[in-house]
Amino acid sequence: MNPKRRARLQAVTFILLGAALTVGLVLFAVRENINMFYEPARIASGEAPTDTRIRAGGMVLDGSVERSDESLAVSFVLTDHAGSDFTVYYSGILPDLFREGQGILVQGQLDSNRHFQAEEVLAKHDENYMPPELAGMAMQGDGSADTGADLP
Amino acid sequence: MIVEVGHFAVGLAFAVCVLLSVLPMVGAARGNERLMALGGNLSVAQFVLLLGGYLALTYAFVTDDFSVAYVASNSNSLLPTQYKISALWGAHEGSFLLWTLIMGAWVMAVALRSGDLERAFAARTLSILGFIQLGFLAFLLFLSNPFERALPLVPVDGADLNPLLQDFGLIVHPPLLYMGYVGFSVAFAFAISALLSGRMDATWARASRPWTNLAWAFLTAGIALGSWWAYYELGWGGWWFWDPVENASFMPWLAGTALIHSLSVSEKRGAFRSWTLLLAIAAFSLSLLGAFIVRSGILTSVHAFAVDPERGVYILAWLGVSVGGALTLYGMRAHTIAARIRYDWLSRETFLLVNNLLLVVSLAVVFYGTLYPVAYEALTGGEKTSVGPPFFNFAFVPLMLILALFLGAAPFVRWKKTQASSLVSKLWPIALAAVALGVILPLVLLSELSIGVVLAISLGLWIVLSHSLDLWRRRRSLTASYWGMWVAHIGFAISMVGIGVTSGFSIEKDVRMVAGQTLTVADRQILFNGVSEVSGPNYVAQRGSFVITEGSNDYALYPEKRRYLARGSVMTEAAIEPGLMRDLYLSLGEPLAGDSWAVRVHIKPLVRWVWLGALLMALGGGWALLDRRYKRLRVRSSAAATA
Repeated sequence: MNPKRRARLQAVTFILLGAALTVGLVLFAVRENINMFYEPARIASGEAPTDTRIRAGGMVLDGSVERSDESLAVSFVLTDHAGSDFTVYYSGILPDLFREGQGILVQGQLDSNRHFQAEEVLAKHDENYMPPELAGMAMQGDGSADTGADLP
Repeated sequence: MIVEVGHFAVGLAFAVCVLLSVLPMVGAARGNERLMALGGNLSVAQFVLLLGGYLALTYAFVTDDFSVAYVASNSNSLLPTQYKISALWGAHEGSFLLWTLIMGAWVMAVALRSGDLERAFAARTLSILGFIQLGFLAFLLFLSNPFERALPLVPVDGADLNPLLQDFGLIVHPPLLYMGYVGFSVAFAFAISALLSGRMDATWARASRPWTNLAWAFLTAGIALGSWWAYYELGWGGWWFWDPVENASFMPWLAGTALIHSLSVSEKRGAFRSWTLLLAIAAFSLSLLGAFIVRSGILTSVHAFAVDPERGVYILAWLGVSVGGALTLYGMRAHTIAARIRYDWLSRETFLLVNNLLLVVSLAVVFYGTLYPVAYEALTGGEKTSVGPPFFNFAFVPLMLILALFLGAAPFVRWKKTQASSLVSKLWPIALAAVALGVILPLVLLSELSIGVVLAISLGLWIVLSHSLDLWRRRRSLTASYWGMWVAHIGFAISMVGIGVTSGFSIEKDVRMVAGQTLTVADRQILFNGVSEVSGPNYVAQRGSFVITEGSNDYALYPEKRRYLARGSVMTEAAIEPGLMRDLYLSLGEPLAGDSWAVRVHIKPLVRWVWLGALLMALGGGWALLDRRYKRLRVRSSAAATA
């Protein structure tokens, strides 16, 4: 084989190898690690799967946050202010911007009682910032979502 | 009044950029020396005008001029002065002004140092840079103007800067990052200029190299400082989250890293020339894509600016024009590059090809993971997903380990051809030593072992040992560019070891503690002495008092929970006992019933190595600029000009 062709063949082999490597890795990894997002309505209606890692979000219902007296366990209700809500159970430290009325994302699994067992609770850095996932939701209810700045 | 003058100056800079993007280009096409020479003056003019605009807005911040809407929403009379100055880039509009100022500085720098370049080539480059700057300034003036007044309702006081941003990290992180982002526009402009003139030889590669290195060094330092800031400021001890905005800065970094390696082949051997051009286009396009991700709010991120679809559409259109134009030109011209460069399969050329392949594959992985949620939502009609860190770690880490494997052998591989037998005989003792030490060191120092940690330490030592041997071998003929490469590669090894060890052996505990309680974590006693109230210039804080006993050493840590008065927002201020070998990290969660607090305790071995290594990479990138051959080039061309 002449050197020019061999060089070209080399390059093509490399590119194919690289492409195959990427596609293989990515497809395998993606299958494991995509988290679907569900609004309160689809969790309340039973559409969201149980025992699968998912993301969910909503506004923290006023007066729903309950702390345990002995451990770091906490529970709260996320609502869309349109009649659907669900309860989240979490153990650990909540983010600084976690407040009643605030839009919150949680990641974790629905257990067999359709309680959300959260591994992670996410709030945003900026109190005026609304996660795009929640932007479509009704913000005005008994606790409007943008009054966070006035609460202690 | 001063604000209006500043606003007017930025408007003038826009007009100057219109001229800059047209006149030198026309001059180059017609061979008109006078038009080409205008490029230099216009480049200086646009920078001076932008500097005026920037200083005017800074003046508004320092003098608490809350009639300016942007100042009112991002500053406060109680804010310490250094933060008033840095608050200018604390939100979207002002940070974009800083972005254009930095772009202006790069354009001026290229103009001032273009004496060594061929006239027409320099003129085209400046016009292209002027055109890019024109796009940025249009965006600034028409869609995100920080000079707008909030008349007639002038607020009594400002809404304050986001407390997370009242910090040294924020003073330095964005400017460094922007230096990197827009710095890639220089390599981009050189590439387009080379494509336009049809002279895609080693000259443009040599001209681009120092600029690309410098931009890359700034981007590296900017990303490292951002990671460090996230670590101590966000209060939960993580240093990399695979957040879309982090990925937005990481993608141009990966492309830029591939570019500086590919440029070396194009300059030294004339090979990979069309590939290098493509990478130069890609690095800057990814910078623009990063700007789009951060400023359009299409992705959920911890630090996205407020959502504004109109701005997103503008940036996307601008991305389409510049990237589409560049790629079309590339498609028309790249095939005219005739490469007759030969090299053996075992050669430095091949190794650098592997480097580029791995970096571009990692880039593809990050790109896919970052944009997957957007594509998914568009294809399914509104279904929302997110891609978690496990995806990125799973796909990215193995690629970096392979990269490290090749990097360790690289110093012994020569251009054109290397004998396999001599390579193996040089490398096997190093490999053996690296693996042996990789097992022994964690056992002795940390008395723990895991596959990930052994891999990271072995590969790190593999790189350090082979590079050190090579340094010794070449000790009589060391150039600045060799030192730059050497330091950057050692930095990569140090970062990798830090990432491996801190990911493998960190201890992270969230606990509930009552005043007076002692907690034992990994042979360290942590005594909680309760919480007291203290006040700062613009906040009040609950300050926790802890005494830590570590071996024969005692020290106190005071993590705080601060409430900033103007916004009423609460922020965690972690307390860290830093160390080269380990960090002890404490932060307060929330107060719980009965005098107890939620407390976060982290012990993170070698976490500082992550940033130390990245800073060494940046240092190496800068060091390479001092190489004599860039100066020789200048002397030679000025001699040619006088002859």
